Amino acid sequence: METYKLTVNGQPKQVTVDPDTPLLWVLREDLKMTGTKYGCGIAACGACTVHLGGIATRSCVVPVSLVRGRTIVTIEGIGEDHVGRAVQNAWVAEDVVQCGYCQSGQIMSAVALLKSTPKPTDTNIEDSMGGNICRCGTYVRIREAIKAASLQLK
Amino acid sequence: MVCSLRTSPRIFFILFACALWSGMPSRLSGQSASPKPVTAPVTRDAGLAAWQQVYSVLTHPRCINCHTASNYPEQGDDRHRHLFNVVRGPGGKGVPGLNCATCHQGANADRAGVPGAYDWHLAPLSMKWQDPEDKILSGAQVCQSLTDRTKNHNFDGPAILKHHQDEPLVLWAFQPGRRRDGSARSSPPLTHDEFVKATRDWVEAGTPCPQNP
Amino acid sequence: MAATTKIADKLHLSRRSFLRVSATAAGGLLVSLYLDFPLAAQEGGQSKPKVYPPDAFVHIKPDGKIVIQVNRLEFGQGVQTALAMLLADEMDADWSQVVAELAPAADVYKDPLFGIQMVGGSGSIAHSYQQYRELGAKTRAMLVAAAAEKWNVPASQCRTEASVVHGPGGQSAKYSDLADAAAHLPVPETVTLKNAADFRLVGKKIRRLDSSPKCDGSQKFGLDLDLPGMKVALVAHPPVFGASPKSVDDKAARSTSGVVDVFEIPTVSKGTAVAVVADKFWTAKQARDRLRIDWDLSTVDRADSLQLQKQYKELAATPGNVAVTHGDEKALDAIAASDRIMAEYEFPYLAHTPMEPLNTTVRFDGDRAEVWAGSQFQTVDQAAIAQVLGLKPDQITFHTEMAGGGFGRRATPDSHVQREAAAIAKRLQGTPVKLVWAREDDVQGGYYRPMHTHRVEIGIGADGMPVAWRHVIVGQSLVAGTPFAAVLIKNGVDETAVEGVVDTHYGIPNFHVSAHHPTVNVPVLWWRSVGHTHTAFVMETLVDELAMRAQMDPIAYRRKLLNPDATKVRGALDLMEKESADWRSSLPQGHAAGIACHESFGTGVACAVEVSIENDRPRIHRATLAVDCGVAVNPLTVESQFQAGACFAVSQLMVKGAITLKEGYVEQSNFDGYTPPYMVDAPVTVDVHIVPSTEKPSGCGEPPVPVLSPAVANALSRLTSKRYRSLPLVAV
Repeated sequence: METYKLTVNGQPKQVTVDPDTPLLWVLREDLKMTGTKYGCGIAACGACTVHLGGIATRSCVVPVSLVRGRTIVTIEGIGEDHVGRAVQNAWVAEDVVQCGYCQSGQIMSAVALLKSTPKPTDTNIEDSMGGNICRCGTYVRIREAIKAASLQLK
Repeated sequence: MVCSLRTSPRIFFILFACALWSGMPSRLSGQSASPKPVTAPVTRDAGLAAWQQVYSVLTHPRCINCHTASNYPEQGDDRHRHLFNVVRGPGGKGVPGLNCATCHQGANADRAGVPGAYDWHLAPLSMKWQDPEDKILSGAQVCQSLTDRTKNHNFDGPAILKHHQDEPLVLWAFQPGRRRDGSARSSPPLTHDEFVKATRDWVEAGTPCPQNP
Repeated sequence: MAATTKIADKLHLSRRSFLRVSATAAGGLLVSLYLDFPLAAQEGGQSKPKVYPPDAFVHIKPDGKIVIQVNRLEFGQGVQTALAMLLADEMDADWSQVVAELAPAADVYKDPLFGIQMVGGSGSIAHSYQQYRELGAKTRAMLVAAAAEKWNVPASQCRTEASVVHGPGGQSAKYSDLADAAAHLPVPETVTLKNAADFRLVGKKIRRLDSSPKCDGSQKFGLDLDLPGMKVALVAHPPVFGASPKSVDDKAARSTSGVVDVFEIPTVSKGTAVAVVADKFWTAKQARDRLRIDWDLSTVDRADSLQLQKQYKELAATPGNVAVTHGDEKALDAIAASDRIMAEYEFPYLAHTPMEPLNTTVRFDGDRAEVWAGSQFQTVDQAAIAQVLGLKPDQITFHTEMAGGGFGRRATPDSHVQREAAAIAKRLQGTPVKLVWAREDDVQGGYYRPMHTHRVEIGIGADGMPVAWRHVIVGQSLVAGTPFAAVLIKNGVDETAVEGVVDTHYGIPNFHVSAHHPTVNVPVLWWRSVGHTHTAFVMETLVDELAMRAQMDPIAYRRKLLNPDATKVRGALDLMEKESADWRSSLPQGHAAGIACHESFGTGVACAVEVSIENDRPRIHRATLAVDCGVAVNPLTVESQFQAGACFAVSQLMVKGAITLKEGYVEQSNFDGYTPPYMVDAPVTVDVHIVPSTEKPSGCGEPPVPVLSPAVANALSRLTSKRYRSLPLVAV
């Protein structure tokens, strides 16, 4: 067991856990932040996506010991960011969600895309979102919502 | 189009100097010692043999999986296309939302079965060692590519040696961590030290390349 | 009103009382006054308002919020919004004040047709359409009556809008202010429902109620539950179904810091599993990985996909139990070989893999229990848990959690996940235990859409139409051994294995279908659209082959072959043809259109896809879908379901879209080996067109699925001239 100081959504947090504990489970069970989801545990689905040091990261395969002081932003905090807010608004306006379980990760990935590429092409969207699984299949509306969010971002 | 290294006198001088240097361990270690005999430059034949050793490492999955000709990395000893639709991206670091760093951190995450090293990324396309069908290129082709200053970041022999010695991703190949099931990932047929020695020999021989078969 | 005030005053209660309007399973209506404080004895002989447990459908709160209980699991299909819309519209509620909750397990929430609380068969709207409309209309009627009484005006002169009753003389009263009075009025036995023209919500594109929380991380799913003192359990299941351990070395597991206990529990398939209970998921997972279990595989059947394929092929060559037969069974044999085709089709096991891993939380308190589960089968699960705990179902409070997908996986006749959870909770009496199936458990844990083989022989008439059709279907029965068998197995044929063939709308004079249901040691379950997942593929690719052979347009061919009374499919076909005409007639080089149409769960669907081949895979550029589902309660829900359902349907085409077994072991373990569609695999755009209808609504949950894979295969056939007879589509 080791003690780690983490910065999550701008807040300082401290946890004492096994160093190998994935950041995902530190967030969900030690910090009780369940917005970041467990879908597969092998980085195949993207449901666990957070922003780590500004980079979209699959928290299920990152042991907390490798966080090393980088800032963590989760779905609970992404709305503080104007791109995050635009994406969330677009998701609601375009009625994207079905079961919704994958959408935290979809949104975090979409925000990463739009922060770097405010006017993404269809190929950009497909490349950046191409590793997120939505079992319900909301891909068509995800594409549309990203385009809608992009229009909102001047 | 063979390397110009052999014909450039300046490089030859540097190589010669390296050969002298490497032949003087006592000076490197800071001890005063009786003069050691100067090591003869490595012969071309010995250099070609050293190249084969280098090639055996470069074409091992731990290295070649990121030296692809395609839009994607490979993974596994069977060198299958990397799962989950990851793509090369403009800088070889993936794309926003799906960067290499999205999963690969600065060190191996053994429990998760995800390898890691500083600045995980794909080798540039200029340093592809496979053809577009993921077939490994020949020793001649890879050697050519490695020594082509227009393709290799303008590396000369010593720079290649340094790359093999110090580059974190190269070092990673020799300590590639464990898979999710706990089994160790296979590493190249030489140790890192052996790989560096073979590289040095090859460089000292003037980085000779085998002819195309 | 007076009585309420008196009692409230007596108990020094604030005037907090709620109108409860509830429906009995028989369809009658109960109105009850619900006070959330216990009543002391009253004086003065006044009638005591009864306090009912929370079994109501509508809860009008003093602040104006209208809480509607939804008698179904919401797991993406949008029923939470659509059912609430039906009630709110008839009630003339202010939609902005409506909150919809997922009702706990209770008699009053049973499906009016099936008699159990459940989601399945795409029946939510179809079965509760009338029910929820009546609930809303009756609530409105009582509120109006209360206002009318208050103002001393005829009820017929009052009108309602957005949670307000307006009187003829300009009076107005909010629903929240009328609720007390309304609660004491008699419930009307009959009620007039709105004309469609008066709908304010129904028939309109209304955004879902659950979007925002699902976009900001605040929506809690079953897996997110956190209770004081809660423990997490993982189970090491036998790697071959039904096996038990010879020996268990749990030393390393037990000594993992945070582990509470390790013990064996029975599995439903007569084997034994090992449960690990710990403080957290990660601890439990690490500890479970440290178990050293030597499994005894000697007593169980070790199913093997290759062997089963061989066996099924042999079975398919022999006649099975007759499912349907009309005309002359021998007609086929009289037809010349050159006018006959024979086709064999193979389909693999499919796993559902909903995004939210399976989970159930149980706390057993000796004489009661509390359960939290995103269950499609609340009544069944509640009864199963009761059985394990030695309780009666009504001693169990069963909360319905929001679920991250299901596709049928959360409707299990044997409640195996819930039984495991109950068995573990029983050991840890007083402690809530959250049982989680990790993704690996899910992929390897069985309950798959079964493997199937079809063998079809068709005799073709001079006009290119089929005149004789002999069809044998082989596959495990879904319902054998369950209470559903009595209803769904007839003459040894499981209806769920042959639906889509036996009820085809194609007019084929000599039509003979039979089935074999081998027993295999692999648990099986319905997978979104059930039998239609394979039967539609067979029918629609064969019909397409016949159309090509007859050199007829595939839409025209279908139109000719369909029975005249197949109104829904015909209507969908016509609409699809119209809406896709432009792009179908201007396809770029290397692109082809593929057509399919099918009816399932009462809904007719027609589909055209535009496909090209990129990197040896089908690239689906677009899908045009037309649907006749009767009244579309929420066209936005229908559009979403068909767009997303079309993407879901690509599951069957994926290279790694098969569960296979080798010597009893499931070969896949996670999304790396069993891969659902990603964005790149799915249609880029899907346009959905709804046939205008005033018929009662039919399902939209499953009908999107059956048409997509045959449409894609048909497009590919036009590009490659190959016939695709086996799924998944490993090679084009």
